[in-house]
Amino acid sequence: MSQQTSVLYDVPGPRQRRVTLISSLIATVLVLIGAYFLIYRPLADKGQFSMELWGPLVDPSNENFPLVWDRIGLGLKNTLTAAALAIVASLVVGTLIAVLRIQLKSLTRRRFTGMATPLAYLLRGLSWLLSAVTRVCVEVFRGLPVVLTIFFVARGFPEFGISFDNLWYLVIGLTVYNSVVIAEILRSGMEGLPGGQAEAAAAIGLSPAQTTRMILLPQAFRIMLPALISQLVVVLKDTSLGFIISYEETLNIGKQIIGVLGNPIQVYVVIAVLFIAVNYSLSKLAQFVQRRLSRGRKTAGTPAQNPPPAALMSQAEGAGGI
Amino acid sequence: MSVLIDKFDVFAGGFWLTLQICVLAAIGALILGAVVAVLRISPVPPLRALGTGYVNVFRNMPLTVVMFFAAFGLPALGSNADFLRIPGLDAIFNRLGTDLPYFRFALIALVLYTAAFVCEALRSGVNAVPAGQAEAARSLGLTFGQNLRYVVLPQSWKASVVPLGSVIIAMIKNSALVGFFGVVGDLSQTADQLTSAGGYAFIPVAIGISVGYLIMTVPLGALLDRIEKRQAVAR
Repeated sequence: MSQQTSVLYDVPGPRQRRVTLISSLIATVLVLIGAYFLIYRPLADKGQFSMELWGPLVDPSNENFPLVWDRIGLGLKNTLTAAALAIVASLVVGTLIAVLRIQLKSLTRRRFTGMATPLAYLLRGLSWLLSAVTRVCVEVFRGLPVVLTIFFVARGFPEFGISFDNLWYLVIGLTVYNSVVIAEILRSGMEGLPGGQAEAAAAIGLSPAQTTRMILLPQAFRIMLPALISQLVVVLKDTSLGFIISYEETLNIGKQIIGVLGNPIQVYVVIAVLFIAVNYSLSKLAQFVQRRLSRGRKTAGTPAQNPPPAALMSQAEGAGGI
Repeated sequence: MSVLIDKFDVFAGGFWLTLQICVLAAIGALILGAVVAVLRISPVPPLRALGTGYVNVFRNMPLTVVMFFAAFGLPALGSNADFLRIPGLDAIFNRLGTDLPYFRFALIALVLYTAAFVCEALRSGVNAVPAGQAEAARSLGLTFGQNLRYVVLPQSWKASVVPLGSVIIAMIKNSALVGFFGVVGDLSQTADQLTSAGGYAFIPVAIGISVGYLIMTVPLGALLDRIEKRQAVAR
């Protein structure tokens, strides 16, 4: 990246270095002044830096400190539980949907020769219909906000007399959305593979199911690993939506703490820092994996491993969640 | 099913309010995101650090936390976000000018959050321009600003359209959250209101709400697919 940006301007000479230094200084001073007037002053004027508000969160000798961190620890545990369950469930379901869609797609291309004509037409119509139905389902659940899927699950299931713990509503709601997204990631990974892979698999006599399971899917997982990790970040962020169904995750606990101590800004700062720390390390992991993968291709004969555009897309779509 | 017909005006009103907040937030996020993107590629190191810090903070924080900051932090500072009561604009987007500040708070949170993703989309576009283009511009003697204005940005625009579009789609979906933060009458809050307070059956209401969101997201997604396919062919 730094190489890419430096393409925009020459390697600085002595004069340019001086100019850069001076403008850096000016910019720093301006930013600091801006931060002072726009952030520090309003906060200080309202007494937001007082130990009374910060104490329970940062001062171990404060009487509330152990209680508050106990609660936050519980919240973190709940958040991570929900995130872990949701990501495992969406990986499993997502893989199944991806395989199903790929299979149905290859099925629609089959002509069922050798069968009675009406039966062949029936089978072709059926496979076309199934493929259309799965496609519509994927599009619908991809287009719905994840807040609403969680809300619908939590409201809709009791209507049918099915009731779970709040944790499961959250996990199901997250899974409905994310499994579809993961299915699309994997599918575009499989379709982006060079056609020779599937052809070679067919040539050595693997059935379509075996081809998908042994040849296409492992490679798709490998290529799409960075995108899958970014989706993990999205799931982790989305668990914070548990507050709408009053699941006791970090944010909800934060709200309870605020209710008692009355220090919204401080509590949210702490929670934001926790989220940023975890998610930032996950994004770094994704970058690291991506570098490792792009370096790991050693075979000389393989065509350059361009990730298909969908790989980049799904990363931009990391914004998909909240 | 009759609720869909009886309460059609409620659904339509919710749709219209969601559309308003999406349009305003999209405009704001595009402007702010462009500013942050310029910061991130600028030759001055502190500005670059500022841009990077902004993106890292807002990309890794749940929108829910940003919303809470806006909805509870700003009042604690004694701000009602009155600077968003822009004369003229609030004639069309009437919620901007009301005394209840939650529409403005939600708007601020959406803009701040989405801008980080817009910045990344724009930057990925700039990175997609072949290095030779900028090098050629430099060897012609164009300065940094000229280089960006005449050579890099016009080309990067093409590569940014699709990622930008998916950011906007994500933003539309994210806007469903505002209904849970005191913005009365938006599409997702309508669901809550009709089922719990209005006592209507759940399934038809859920269908109505879903259709409302799908009207906004699916055509946009299809359009993006088309653009992407055409670009793939052109390259």
